[in-house]
Amino acid sequence: MCLAIPAIVIELDEPNLAVIEIGGVRKQVSLMLVDDVVVGDYVLVHAGFAIDKVDEAEAQKTMDLLQELARLEQEAGFDEIH
Amino acid sequence: MRYIDEFRVPAAARELLREIDALDAHGTFMEVCGTHTMAISRAGLRPLLAPGIDLISGPGCPVCVTADADIDRAIAVARKPGVILTTFGDMMKVPGTEDSLASASASGARVRVVYSPLESLAIAAEEPGSQVVFLGVGFETTAPAVAGTMLEARRQGIDNLRVLSFHKLVPPALRALVGLDDFDVDGFILPGHVSVIIGSDAYAFLPVEFSMPCVVTGFEVTDILQAILRLLKMGASEASLEVEYARAVRPEGNPRALEVMSQVFESCDAQWRGLFTIPGSGLAIREEFAAMDAGTWEVELPEPTRSKGCRCGEILCGRIKPMDCPFFGGRCTPDNPVGPCMVSSEGTCASYYLYSESDGPDERGEGADIGR
Ligand code: SF4
Repeated sequence: MCLAIPAIVIELDEPNLAVIEIGGVRKQVSLMLVDDVVVGDYVLVHAGFAIDKVDEAEAQKTMDLLQELARLEQEAGFDEIH
Repeated sequence: MRYIDEFRVPAAARELLREIDALDAHGTFMEVCGTHTMAISRAGLRPLLAPGIDLISGPGCPVCVTADADIDRAIAVARKPGVILTTFGDMMKVPGTEDSLASASASGARVRVVYSPLESLAIAAEEPGSQVVFLGVGFETTAPAVAGTMLEARRQGIDNLRVLSFHKLVPPALRALVGLDDFDVDGFILPGHVSVIIGSDAYAFLPVEFSMPCVVTGFEVTDILQAILRLLKMGASEASLEVEYARAVRPEGNPRALEVMSQVFESCDAQWRGLFTIPGSGLAIREEFAAMDAGTWEVELPEPTRSKGCRCGEILCGRIKPMDCPFFGGRCTPDNPVGPCMVSSEGTCASYYLYSESDGPDERGEGADIGR
């Protein structure tokens, strides 16, 4: 539940919102908890908020882990990871 | 049998395993984060480590440590007329004294699963005639998002959003654990994403006051092995706090998120399920936001009953492993959980169950029904 998911920032929206992409899915998140985010940055997303910036290599590694977890969780009938 | 599964364990990890083996050292280390528990189980690390090295799981899943009485309160709030309770999906199946939110919902309570507390704000805006109560469960990773949502509600003038704050703080829980007489752990593998918010400095007391070696760790197999290696090399005599996950964690954390969190919440004592009340380990809503606090509502709660035999309390302090619980995998499965550790995908029992193959079939409890 304390997992934060890395995502790329696609677009900045007012006020303090961004459109991010995670695994081909676009979502709007709040930027209230981070400073100076620009389009193309990677952010850690948790519960609809960007909680920090992160570099691209780190983002990629975590994505791989999450994809497998998501698949296994789906098989086991768990709800969406938060 | 110890073997290295080439598919799950990359070359870099095999090298680290060899280094760990070569040290010929032993130790019991506690991973405090449910995501680490999952990552360790997923990689099948436990059977690969040298026999003297044991990894045990701590109270690292916020769903698992939410007290029965708090679940009961959430259910009672959800049953009030005119209330819509919003919650993360993980909380639905957690058993309270008599019911779960899922069963309350089936019998007519209005409960909605959300991915973000911000969705609760949207629901509140759409349903001005209802009181929308967000069930706030989570550690420091989650609490700033809930606080941010409350500030946003105030900014937008949405006055029907309420929060039940059962948030918990990690460092006070660690302080309580290391203070237990029978706590027998040689080092902590500390959480990554909680630390993104609170910063590594928040754990400085562990090596200083308790000579407890600590490594703040990322989520890759190689991160976890690095942490074990560092902990083994450190030992109690040279206990210190190292940050293996420096690519995401700063000593001071995320000051902006901490500021948002402390605008809305202040620390309070909190009951941890299966454990005890830990001083300063919860987050209460500040007086200034009292109008948004659903925790003060009058509700009728069921009488606490005798335990159902779930041993989550012992699991959460690292006293036993899931396989030591007679219900594990038999009466208690993710589909039909007896205790909260089997509910959330990050619960220790659920992690062990989900990845059972990688932990070796021999370790499963009596009457285990693998069935998959
Ligand atoms: S296996 Fe089930 S009953 Fe046993 S400790 Fe874990 S959650 Fe509780």
